[in-house]
Amino acid sequence: MLDIATAYNKYSFLGNEFLTWLWFMVETGQDITQAIESRDPVSLDIGNSLVLENSLGDKAREKITIKGDQAGLEEGTTALKKGAKVTEINLICKLGPEEEYHFTLKGDSFNITGLKTPAAAGDGSDDEIEGRIIEKALLLFRITQVIDTLFFTFLKQRTDDDWKHKGFDPMRTWIYND
Amino acid sequence: MGFLSATQSISRYHILDTFDTEPMEQVRNGLIQHAIPKMENEYEEISAGWTPFESPYLPDFNKFSFVFGSYFLFSLRIDKKTIPAKLVHKQMAIEIEKKKADSGRDFISKNEKSEIKETIMDVLMHKMPSIPNVYDVLWDYDAKTLFLLTTQKAANEFFETIFFKSFQLKPVRLFPYTLVETKSAFSSAQKDRILTLTPLHFSR
Repeated sequence: MLDIATAYNKYSFLGNEFLTWLWFMVETGQDITQAIESRDPVSLDIGNSLVLENSLGDKAREKITIKGDQAGLEEGTTALKKGAKVTEINLICKLGPEEEYHFTLKGDSFNITGLKTPAAAGDGSDDEIEGRIIEKALLLFRITQVIDTLFFTFLKQRTDDDWKHKGFDPMRTWIYND
Repeated sequence: MGFLSATQSISRYHILDTFDTEPMEQVRNGLIQHAIPKMENEYEEISAGWTPFESPYLPDFNKFSFVFGSYFLFSLRIDKKTIPAKLVHKQMAIEIEKKKADSGRDFISKNEKSEIKETIMDVLMHKMPSIPNVYDVLWDYDAKTLFLLTTQKAANEFFETIFFKSFQLKPVRLFPYTLVETKSAFSSAQKDRILTLTPLHFSR
């Protein structure tokens, strides 16, 4: 493996491109279940925040933050046209008919913040604490597995021979609304 | 309890290597050996160590479990003394005036000021109680995956140091590159291809 600090900086763009791809997938109504070949239905929605960054050369960066439950994302696509990538995205992920997760994912670190999982069952008594812990752990591992599967699906597409035709061109068409 | 609260923040780790024998015992020993001391050290600015998830302020791993199903769950507690700058300024002003009055001079030297500050910091550090911060750790040993329930950089650094000291296993932060290297099913050729990618440019 490469030196961790070097690798973090060198490949952080892959995380940001992944988040940009996720936004594209949601906005263009792509079938997430099919994309990740999941047995159970998986759907994604953009939540209440989106952050984009654009490198302006040297060390200068332009940062665009869009927040709000009904916020328009037009500024985001304008920023994409100027070369920005999504660096942080708030997502709502539904797994199966009942499980709903809300969280914010950062592209460079893959840190997850503000994660709300479905409520673990139980009345909060000490007798039930072990059951609640195990259930909560399963929920946390389940959502991170979905994130990882999405990321690996993106990377598989990104390295496929037909990426330009099936990935890059449709994303560019979406960005420019051609 | 952070782990069971309504929202969580998570930084993720891959754990390199495994124990040769009896993981549960090795984890228990590491937790006990590096548990946070029950009694606060009055002169230490920062103190950190493990504590049971169910008992963050009474670190007793003989009484409280760290095994829940197939997971290990425990907490990292970092106790830190923070001396407010305004309090130091106030004490400095009082002590400087006192020194001037005692010596009959209108000024005091830079060295004398440094000495006064050092003494004040010692006294305040001794008096000031530590503020505890508790971060839960969820470890799926078989999957070599661990979640630290915080994304604070300082807590991550403490965690990485104390985890290695306790278990002699290296925690590797999971981010795009390390995810590909440690958690993906990509072949070597696919990994090589991923690692030669360059950033996309959508602008025209």
